[in-house]
Amino acid sequence: MAVLNEEQTMLRDMAREWADNEAPVSAFRKVRNAAPAEGYDAAAWRAMAEMGWAGIVVPEEHGGSAFGYLSLGMVLEQLGRNLTASPLASTAAAAAAIALGTSDAAKSDWLPKIAAGEVIATLAIDEGPVHDPANIATTVSGGTLTGTKAFVAEGDSAQLFVVSAQDGLYLVSGDQGVTRAPRKMADSRSHAQVSFAGAAAEKLGGPELTQQVIDLATAALAAEMLGMAEQAFAVTNDYLKQRVQFGQQLSTFQALQHRMAKMFTELELMRSAVEGALEAIDAKRSDVDQAVSLAKAVASDTLHLVSREMVQLHGGIGMTDEHDAGLYLKRARVLETMWGNAAFHRERFARLNGY
Amino acid sequence: MASAAELDAPTSPIDTFRAEVRQWLAEHFPPSLKHKDNAMSAVDGPTELSAEELAWKEAVASKGWGVPSWPAQYGGAGLDKAQVRVLNEEMGRIGAWNPIGGMGVMMFGPTLLEYGTEAQKSEHIPAIANGTVRWCQGYSEPGAGSDLASLQMFAEDKGDHYLVNGQKTWTSGGQWADKCFALVRTDKTKKHEGISFLLIDMDAEGVEVKPIRLISGSSPFCETFFTNVKVPKENLVGREGEGWTIGKRLLQHERSSLSGGGSARLFAGKPIGALAKEYRGEDDKGRVPDQDLRMRIVRHEMDSRAFALTLRRAALEAKSNQGPSAATSIMKNVGARITQDRAELGIEIMGMNGLGWEGEGFSADEIAQTRTWLWGKAVSIYGGSTEIQNNVIAKRILGMLDHQ
Repeated sequence: MAVLNEEQTMLRDMAREWADNEAPVSAFRKVRNAAPAEGYDAAAWRAMAEMGWAGIVVPEEHGGSAFGYLSLGMVLEQLGRNLTASPLASTAAAAAAIALGTSDAAKSDWLPKIAAGEVIATLAIDEGPVHDPANIATTVSGGTLTGTKAFVAEGDSAQLFVVSAQDGLYLVSGDQGVTRAPRKMADSRSHAQVSFAGAAAEKLGGPELTQQVIDLATAALAAEMLGMAEQAFAVTNDYLKQRVQFGQQLSTFQALQHRMAKMFTELELMRSAVEGALEAIDAKRSDVDQAVSLAKAVASDTLHLVSREMVQLHGGIGMTDEHDAGLYLKRARVLETMWGNAAFHRERFARLNGY
Repeated sequence: MASAAELDAPTSPIDTFRAEVRQWLAEHFPPSLKHKDNAMSAVDGPTELSAEELAWKEAVASKGWGVPSWPAQYGGAGLDKAQVRVLNEEMGRIGAWNPIGGMGVMMFGPTLLEYGTEAQKSEHIPAIANGTVRWCQGYSEPGAGSDLASLQMFAEDKGDHYLVNGQKTWTSGGQWADKCFALVRTDKTKKHEGISFLLIDMDAEGVEVKPIRLISGSSPFCETFFTNVKVPKENLVGREGEGWTIGKRLLQHERSSLSGGGSARLFAGKPIGALAKEYRGEDDKGRVPDQDLRMRIVRHEMDSRAFALTLRRAALEAKSNQGPSAATSIMKNVGARITQDRAELGIEIMGMNGLGWEGEGFSADEIAQTRTWLWGKAVSIYGGSTEIQNNVIAKRILGMLDHQ
């Protein structure tokens, strides 16, 4: 665990306590079964906003706390542990885009509302099923934006979109010229195809801003993945101590012990890589791009390993809908794919390192 | 690097200390020795020191800075953690290196400081601190490797001395050592409780050392035979039967030095991606042309970057009193994996040139690559094999139980 200051320690402890008491996995299961259009529990989101989480990366002059990305990551990690459905990651990424952008009007119009949890915002970048930020067909002319974005997280409920076009990043608000088509996916969370047909758009910045914002969103996502992987591993470790076969706890079998030791090893590396990326962002280091690709590649590989082993080591019970293993497995693959899978980030890392 | 707070307060004690260190190093470290420490001396044996190297070694020893955190009364410098950090930073800044090392410094010294009598400490610690006495480790035996506690070498109580008979193996640097710290059996009726920790002179009558030639061609390890060797009673460390406890404590020092301490070397040398471009050229996009190789290079580089971040995190966690980091338990295995992956990639990149053994047709780097690759296979075996480390993680960290 990264070394935290007092504010960060309080924030993390509060998030952990809240997630365990108010948003256990059973709460996510309820949301999944009720299937509200927005894909999350509105009351839980209000509670998060009251605790100030929606404003963690919003500057203080716009009503946020500006606690930074390590702080945001620690909250998302706690939510990830319990698969809590919330628009926090998407909204924070969009808030970051506005805060880093050049439009003062956008900042004063939207950031206070985001920080108060009154507005759900999200990023709309990719136009196909595989992350490919270099291939964008969306264009802007005369202040209106036209294009279709695929698999927009929280796309069912977002009132505010940060949209990538060929010449940079734009802000689109409201429903004028915006059409949403839900995409029901394995993780039971909100993803939608969002089409913009001449929607009014305000420019936030050029393509460098687009990439910077994707990196911030990716690091935050990796933190959610860290929480998921830690919890999937802990649940599996507990199960091996309970399940008895051949008159022995499964946890006494060395073949399983070494698989768990291997996973533990990868998890420690994952934590370092994820926290390293968040710290690099907070420190405004020049190699944030490399740190983020490292974090996302390691996070994807490790969560992949832990989530499939979670099912395998639980045996038949892990295959049932009643057990949580499947929920972790399904969410894991969605997050692995989002903002570039491990292969994407290895390729990028190689390029950034000149080979 | 100095923290902002340190720089803001030029008169703070730590800053004064930094200034002293800087000045002393400027006066005593010859720039010609920059980065010239012999990293392979543990494998290839000690080399004859030049006059300059000898002067540097004696200068460091006189300050106690070879073992800066050890008490000054035994030849250390009694520095606190912050001062040791400053010393290391200042040395690193100018490419200076610590000329005092070996098993005495890394493992035996810290253990003896904890368990030794006053007489034992006064006799042995100063000679380690000034680098004049070389120690070797008598732990493994032909029948006691991973199951170390099954060791058989027997020390028979003869009143005023022990009579030692048996064999040790994998004695690192045995042929160059002056003394040996050994685990011996003083009671054949108990397993762990029958083990004692004994100090043996390597030039005592009945001690015979035979170097073991490894696949890499080097002989860093020996077989050591003990036949009717008389060892004075005062060479027993701790009580009879306490050897296993003391020996395990020493292994903790060994593991921390094998992973954390030795880690700087892992990240030294040319980046493997640059090596690949040097040997394999690049395609029209500036990439290593063999895509399969290239992706394995990235995986390795990412692994090693994540490991570097983990070493840093563990150090910061330990410093901030979060207690010892659970991350330390993975260091040995990950360090071994990265060392070996890097060596395997190195020879693959070089093709046949990466398998040169000696003589014409190969650069010195290529021969070194071959030898490093082969020697590196030891890393996942010594100091607790990868499998033993996995047992330790499963049992101590994850709370998994022994099979009944």
